[in-house]
Amino acid sequence: MRVVIIGAGIVGAASAMYAARAGLEVVILDRGPIGSGTTSRGEGNILVSDKAPGPELDLALASRRLWTDLGQRLDGDGIELDAKGGIVVASSPDALRVLHEFALDQRAAGVRADETDPAGLAELEPQLSTSLPGGVYYPQDMQVQPVLAAHAFIADAIAHGARMVRDELAGAELRADGSLRAISCASGIRIEADAAVNAAGTWGGQVAQRLGGPIEVLPRRGFVLVTGPLPPTVRHKVYSADYVSNVASSDMGLETSCVVESTRGGTVLIGASRERVGFDGTMQPHVVAALARQAIAIFPTLRTAKLMRVYRGFRPYCPDHLPVVGPDPRVRGVLHACGHEGAGIGLAPATGALIAAHLTGQPVDGIDPVNHRALLPDRLLVQEMS
Amino acid sequence: MTCFTLDGAPVAFSPGQTVAAALVAHGVYAWRTTRFNGRPRGVYCGIGVCFDCLLTIDGRDDERACLTLAKDGMDVRTQAAAR
Repeated sequence: MRVVIIGAGIVGAASAMYAARAGLEVVILDRGPIGSGTTSRGEGNILVSDKAPGPELDLALASRRLWTDLGQRLDGDGIELDAKGGIVVASSPDALRVLHEFALDQRAAGVRADETDPAGLAELEPQLSTSLPGGVYYPQDMQVQPVLAAHAFIADAIAHGARMVRDELAGAELRADGSLRAISCASGIRIEADAAVNAAGTWGGQVAQRLGGPIEVLPRRGFVLVTGPLPPTVRHKVYSADYVSNVASSDMGLETSCVVESTRGGTVLIGASRERVGFDGTMQPHVVAALARQAIAIFPTLRTAKLMRVYRGFRPYCPDHLPVVGPDPRVRGVLHACGHEGAGIGLAPATGALIAAHLTGQPVDGIDPVNHRALLPDRLLVQEMS
Repeated sequence: MTCFTLDGAPVAFSPGQTVAAALVAHGVYAWRTTRFNGRPRGVYCGIGVCFDCLLTIDGRDDERACLTLAKDGMDVRTQAAAR
């Protein structure tokens, strides 16, 4: 069985790795370099802390287990995989109460979430503002350098027989019975394939259209600020409790809630803004200022840090905030693996294993499609008809 | 002659030169070391993007030598390896 994976971002790379390891003949197709889309524009979040119980948390917990396995199988240090843990801090007693309720539900779903008072916060993060009423510590949260990880996944896929083609998907060619026969590319080449996986992230809507199984994936812009290298300042992934409600909201307008973490190189990354403004990539100084202000409120010592650069990207946003993972019921042979919004790095391994499981018809690395039915594309099509 | 000092030692420069240009012309190619392996760093991009050429200039940390015009009497210092 030959499968073409469209997209060499983290999700396509993970899909290629698990599919190749499952013995499938894999071709990875991308118009650009590995990880050059949204994969290179985030912070490398592998989070369970920001997810309420439900299908996305189920996938996140499964994915976290796979990240741990991958850290041993691949060079975990080489991809900067770090089980540093996350801390969510509340800015007011009211916010803390809401956060504690959220954590209670998460614990019931298998997430480790430890209520932490100001003294506990100070022990975990000595430079944290002392005016915060408390927070929750999530030891399962991890961080990775996503572009290095995407490269490592694709190297592993290639070691298992996959090949990479630099081209842009143009269209799909179907057999008389409506199943996929081949895909065609912008350069004119044609690749015969039994299956095609739409792992095009934020561009997944366009790719789905070209494959004959349209789904809606929209861009949600975010900025990330990068400080110059600092002496050790931030030990964990630290973010404000507002982040959780911002992630879950569907608002078109600007939302900011700060997420702060250090990288191996000593820089501090400051996110996270969310806006639905299409693919408008222009610099927005007011967003940068808002993020910087919020970060300084949590870590006062950042006041004197210099910003080295600001980058921005476009999260692949699905209207119901769930990724689309599984076969398209309209075109036999077409599968989707996109729409992960800001969680694509963390969810990539489980998504890749789930795609390989759908392709082979059996569980892969403990990931069984029957446990992840809520992610199937069918739900979007039902909405279309109603 | 116009001069600034690097860690107290005089460095002559021509008007209009950046600190980085003056240092290179003076035969100094590296003035910072990397965080983990202590490897030498100086001008890399030369246009303010890479932040490899950081120095403390007149008491301000993390100034980019490639973007800072040299001035007479400037106090330029190399930074601790932690940065």
